[in-house]
Amino acid sequence: MNAISILLVIIVAFFAGMEGILDEFQFHQPLVACTLIGLVTGHPTEGIILGGSLQMIALGWANVGAAVAPDAALASVASAIIMVKGLGSADTTTAINTAIALAVPLSVAGLFLTMLCRTIAIPMVHFMDAAAEEANFRGVEMWQLLAIGLQGVRIAIPAAMLCMIPAEAVTSMLNAMPAWLSGGMAVGGGMVAAVGYAMVINMMATPEVWPFFALGFVLAALGDLTLIALGVIGVSLALIYLGLKDLAKQGGGAGGGSGDPLGDILNDY
Amino acid sequence: MAENEIKLSVADRRAVAWRHQFLQGSWNYERMQNGGWCYAMIPAIKALYKTKDEQAAALKRHLEFYNTHPYVSAPVIGVTLALEEERANGMPVEDQAIQGVKVGMMGPLAGVGDPVFWFTVRPILGALGASMALGGSIVGPLLFFIVWNLIRMAFLWYTQEFGYSVGTSIAKDLSGGLLGKITEGASILGMFIIGALVQRWVSISFTPIVSTVTQAEGAYIDWSALPAGAEGIKSALEQYSSLGATGLNVEKVTTLQGNLDQLIPGLAAVLLTLLCCKLLKKGVSPIAIILALFAVGIAGRLLGFM
Repeated sequence: MNAISILLVIIVAFFAGMEGILDEFQFHQPLVACTLIGLVTGHPTEGIILGGSLQMIALGWANVGAAVAPDAALASVASAIIMVKGLGSADTTTAINTAIALAVPLSVAGLFLTMLCRTIAIPMVHFMDAAAEEANFRGVEMWQLLAIGLQGVRIAIPAAMLCMIPAEAVTSMLNAMPAWLSGGMAVGGGMVAAVGYAMVINMMATPEVWPFFALGFVLAALGDLTLIALGVIGVSLALIYLGLKDLAKQGGGAGGGSGDPLGDILNDY
Repeated sequence: MAENEIKLSVADRRAVAWRHQFLQGSWNYERMQNGGWCYAMIPAIKALYKTKDEQAAALKRHLEFYNTHPYVSAPVIGVTLALEEERANGMPVEDQAIQGVKVGMMGPLAGVGDPVFWFTVRPILGALGASMALGGSIVGPLLFFIVWNLIRMAFLWYTQEFGYSVGTSIAKDLSGGLLGKITEGASILGMFIIGALVQRWVSISFTPIVSTVTQAEGAYIDWSALPAGAEGIKSALEQYSSLGATGLNVEKVTTLQGNLDQLIPGLAAVLLTLLCCKLLKKGVSPIAIILALFAVGIAGRLLGFM
């Protein structure tokens, strides 16, 4: 990597780090971060493929309440840098698969870093309190921006350090990896997406919505249905279900009786 | 109302909406999103209060504890703007009333924002973009980035305006059925899509061979009997299209995976996902499960069953 690439990588890393906490523009999502790092290092296609693979794993990672999820920002940025370094001599598939496997431990490291930043932010808001006392708008704004910058630096520093590691070290490490290890990691990578989906399911599942999961599962086996088509089916099902549920409520209220139409019919016999 | 009523201009509200995007920047374990909230309120405070004492009081008022989903926070800030405006015009709006509205709204709204944005819209857009990206297409990331940000910015601005225009009456709507319906609809759509994603993107393939059968003559392409040259290729392709993939070899190989797929394609994937759900509910950390799956993958490859 030349100096300009390294500088751009660090900028991308800084943005990813800020977004890791802000969660607005989504620069920290693998699909965006890996693509950007691929672009600035001259390997756009590989970056996009890595981003797509990691995105599938990270779909269910979200910060809910005060709980912190595995960190997508460090995972995407660092694994993309490692992949770019590995592309020099190792073949593309190996480089991408190894990067995917490394992303998981990296996401844990990122998690600890973000918890650290969230702790450092406590004294920062106390400085904001002090600034508020004097109606010092500039002071409040400065501490807010510094706190965001801190989260950016959280990813930018590890990214810069990774850039300094010579490419030969990464490639020789990749080449030294036996086939069973890289193959096994690819197999594992195929399975880990299940964890993210399970996190989403646990968040939303009620006995009422499980049938929709089953419907989605069997319909997806029809290869002709694109994800957009499946989305249309899903939206329609949701609208139909909610509409019918409303109707059932109104019917039960207006019809009086036992509120059980089938039971009423049976009783009439 | 007095003639010289103070109003927040559209520019003021835009400035608040822009800064509101940095709500989580100083997220901390003590008062969570309080710093970002205060940062977002600054343009409004500057416009509404002119004396230093009032400004300091307003800043402190908005450094109280606050935490919700960063997008559904937009209607909350809209309502707060309306309240601050009334207060600046001399209406008796107490500090507790403002904090009460914030706390009262943030809980129920976070309950909607998480399933709708983090567990429905982002997985769907992410999966859509990722499935394109796996083929190396730049359209995937672009689609994800652009559509997500359009939805997000439109939501932030319009719900903030909505909150501002209805003021405190929104608090009553919250207990009504609309939010419940949105959450339920999102859960249905989300579960449906997750079902589809499990089928398509969780890949487990078992390689053990269940049986190897030597096929009867005519059920496979007799490669030695083909005519020479282009004629031979044509004949082979014709036979292939009628015989299918098993026609390529004399022996028909059935793998364990093939058998499973005949039952339900993706059965192993859905079982694995349900197992993960169980483990997560038992409090096993997602990271531990992920590492275990890599270990299983490596073991599977070493022992030759995956």
